[in-house]
Amino acid sequence: MSQYKNFRPMKGRVSFLLDKKATIVLIVLMIVAGAIFVLSTGMGDMKLSPLAVLKVFFGGGTEMETLVVQSFRLPRIIVALIVGMALAVAGGILQGIIRNPLASPDVLGLTGGASVAVVSFLAFFSDQNNALTVSIKWMPLAAFAGATIIAMLVYFLAWKNGVSPIRIVLIGIGISALMQALTTLMMIMGPIYRASQANIWITGTVYGSSWSNVAILVPWTIIFIVIAFFMVKNINILELGEDIATGVGGHIQRHRFLLLLISTALVGGSVAFAGGIGFVGLMAPHMARRLVGSSFGALLPVSAFIGAILVMLADLIGRTMFSPLEIPAGVFTAGIGAPYFIYLLFKTRNA
Amino acid sequence: MKTAIETKNLTLSYGDSIIINELDLQIPKGEITVFIGGNGCGKSTLLRSIARLLKPKNGAVLLEGNAIAKMSTKDVAKQMSILPQSPVAPEGLTVLQLVKQGRYPYQTWLKQWTEKDEEEVTKALKATAIEDLKDRPVDSLSGGQRQRAWIAMTLAQDTDVILLDEPTTYLDMTHQIEILDLLYELNEKEQRTIVMVLHDLNLACRYADNIVAIKDRKIYAQGKPEHIVSCPLVKDVFGMDCQITMDPLFGTPLCIPFGKGRCILKEVVL
Repeated sequence: MSQYKNFRPMKGRVSFLLDKKATIVLIVLMIVAGAIFVLSTGMGDMKLSPLAVLKVFFGGGTEMETLVVQSFRLPRIIVALIVGMALAVAGGILQGIIRNPLASPDVLGLTGGASVAVVSFLAFFSDQNNALTVSIKWMPLAAFAGATIIAMLVYFLAWKNGVSPIRIVLIGIGISALMQALTTLMMIMGPIYRASQANIWITGTVYGSSWSNVAILVPWTIIFIVIAFFMVKNINILELGEDIATGVGGHIQRHRFLLLLISTALVGGSVAFAGGIGFVGLMAPHMARRLVGSSFGALLPVSAFIGAILVMLADLIGRTMFSPLEIPAGVFTAGIGAPYFIYLLFKTRNA
Repeated sequence: MKTAIETKNLTLSYGDSIIINELDLQIPKGEITVFIGGNGCGKSTLLRSIARLLKPKNGAVLLEGNAIAKMSTKDVAKQMSILPQSPVAPEGLTVLQLVKQGRYPYQTWLKQWTEKDEEEVTKALKATAIEDLKDRPVDSLSGGQRQRAWIAMTLAQDTDVILLDEPTTYLDMTHQIEILDLLYELNEKEQRTIVMVLHDLNLACRYADNIVAIKDRKIYAQGKPEHIVSCPLVKDVFGMDCQITMDPLFGTPLCIPFGKGRCILKEVVL
């Protein structure tokens, strides 16, 4: 067992099989994510060295530096990190339970459903002065509901003695288009300035994230990611197909439903605060699979960090490269993600 | 003779069409039982229902005297494993990662790899002779190796009863014999009850202690191959004329189908 290490502390009351390679990959990705986090915090109109950034993190630095880092940069970078993790984990789970390499929150229309829910939420609960009449805390819940309804609808429409990979993707794309139309409709019905704002948001951006966003998004996402990690062994058997999963004693209907809800919750949270940052949920799990294989104990955490790195990088490039113009992060993820999706479709055309 | 599995008044259907009707079947413990029958006769459906992959319309399946519908699915999984027809492993999953999933019914969240788990997985890899392949992705293996990996997974489940749905389909002759020899040995050495669906009547006669021939939604005949396999049985169950002779190596029944083809008998005799 060279590639693995047995891990049995407390006289075997706890026991795991550690994949050495996956552990190393994960640690490297954590370091990379940390480095990008610090680097990104230092970049912008006012440049700070990584050392200066770390100083600010630990309470040092000038007043100006502290203001820029704490008020403007940190919230959006934290949102980027968390949204990347949420989308990647949601995508990984979906690919596992639907047993479909093409599955991802955007392809299946989950992101679209959440977007419609958020735009409707803003339209219905805004007063004349454009202020929300209810707490923004409810927004992820609305997005969650939107994503869940669409997930059920797509699954129901695609069902025909099981769910074939291509059919669910086609129906997902159809529903996505419908959701886009609905989102546009909701935007047009609102005031003009809101439409232009919403348009940027729909593309997916972490621009304008605040600490109050962070305070809702972080716990919401962490809770569902932790639940997902508790379900890893169930995803592992679902990935082998219904028959095998039942044969080894899994409660497949219950587990699949729970896991679907976890994915829609994660997507809901990220869409509520960062809009439709596309293709991260598709790409991150694929890259992770190349690195550590298909076992979910390794795949989920590795995907999470790849997702975080992708979104943080996209945001960093978007706000520095074309400064003073801000390019939404979603533009870059779609720029790499869309061709990748086409490549995957091409690869599975005979399946 | 002890009974491992019993069906009582079992009726199976897909929608409105009845596949198996009011079936009472006993499967002996510690023997190899093979279901035979024509395409679409319901032998796979019956196996799937015994494995609780298909809910019966009526009746019950008993495992060691207990109705499986009333047992917890994990308890069933500790006594009976199933290898469905041509399963597909996810891309990049290694043999060890696959075989390990057979331990699912014994795992808890904190105990995912106990010494017992390791022991059973190692035993399963050894029995199927794929220890050297354990870090290879399943999708990179040959058909025979792949099937052995799946069988290793069902072995890791450490159950008395093993069900297999056409375990030799899509394999070439060498690999078919290899898989059946492996199952035969498991039965010989560890007295595991093996129930499978096979298409090849001659191989069924050679490896099975007990054959269940299915026709018209019920059992046409059940018993030792040498007692029940005959020309009328083949005619009725498969709708084919044949001659039954004796396998010159094993002495078990050998079925030679009638029909067209090159007959060089006369030339040889002359």
